[in-house]
Amino acid sequence: MNSADFQFLADFLKKGSGLVVSEDKMYLLESRLLPIARERGHNTLDGLVAELRKGTDSSLKVAVIEAMTTNESFFFRDTKPFQIFENETLPALIEARAARKRLRIWCAAASTGQEPYSLAMILKENAAKMPGWRTEILGTDLSSEVLEKAKAGMYSQFEVQRGLPISLLVKYFRQVNEMWQIDAAIRASVRFQKLNLMDNFTHLGKFDVIFCRNVLIYFDQQTKAEVLERMSTMLEPDGVLFLGGAETVLGITDKFKPVTGQRGVYQHAA
Amino acid sequence: MKSCLIVDDSKVIRMVARRILSELNFEIEEAVDGQDALQACQKNMPDAVLLDWNMPVMNGLEFLIKLRQEKGGDRPIVVFCTTENDMEHIQKALMAGANEYIMKPFDREIIEAKFAQVGLL
Repeated sequence: MNSADFQFLADFLKKGSGLVVSEDKMYLLESRLLPIARERGHNTLDGLVAELRKGTDSSLKVAVIEAMTTNESFFFRDTKPFQIFENETLPALIEARAARKRLRIWCAAASTGQEPYSLAMILKENAAKMPGWRTEILGTDLSSEVLEKAKAGMYSQFEVQRGLPISLLVKYFRQVNEMWQIDAAIRASVRFQKLNLMDNFTHLGKFDVIFCRNVLIYFDQQTKAEVLERMSTMLEPDGVLFLGGAETVLGITDKFKPVTGQRGVYQHAA
Repeated sequence: MKSCLIVDDSKVIRMVARRILSELNFEIEEAVDGQDALQACQKNMPDAVLLDWNMPVMNGLEFLIKLRQEKGGDRPIVVFCTTENDMEHIQKALMAGANEYIMKPFDREIIEAKFAQVGLL
């Protein structure tokens, strides 16, 4: 790919999804976009870029953005945030919301569903402590393709072995041929919706917990700040925000501050 | 350093598992079937056992049941690692006292994730 084409693609992705692609990620462009190029009869990315430049095919634009923003996902990815959620966040909210008996959780980069379903399983395991509660888990993602997979809740043998304890596999999954499907009750407890974090999302309402892990890393500083600031308006005063292990709010926004002793967890600064 | 007994009748599998677990800082012992493994445990109880199911002489499930009856045999963390990948086998293994279950094929990432989950890492 020549540098003018690379620049065009980088600008296109930045504008369309907030994704920042540096020159060293050229391989990523090729590996993710070549399948789309081939589907459209091009042997290289040149033809694809030429089509994109014409700007007339909006399905192509969507396909390119989705291919570039799809991430790998595991159940209980990184373990620790889910332990914090179960052992710190949830008990505190059960106490604070004892009268309202309502809990709203948002996974802002739900991808293929492992994160919201992990949280749903934790809620299910703790259901005895929350009699009569209404809990809601919303999973959003930019890509409708990954959301389709998330809704189906169908995972390969490889996927159910990364991060998912065997006891939970036995309890909450059933085998469908070569695949494993998460049970209907867990699926029903998560709602999936397509959403671009670059767009306005304040209509989703207020949340007690927001998971926004490993997505801000793809944005530039200004976009990160905008997204975090809009999220801060949607987080309940005593709510918490979970970011990815390599992410921080420091030097980006003053709306959030770290929760002491809970790595990756943030609360309202004031 | 924690110790792990790798029980598998396939030399190749033992070699692959040995490489992964050595890199994760385990001291490795190997056994070729359940009987061999039981003798190894009676001599020296390991911290962890990576256990195949289908083996000649004594299979993995029989070994596990016998191990759990041994003195100190409740201590090792047992992770099955087998091509048996249906719910019935998994449930049978858990009932017999397995702590985790890996369905072959496996890779370093799966072993690492499973061992971390049961607190071995």
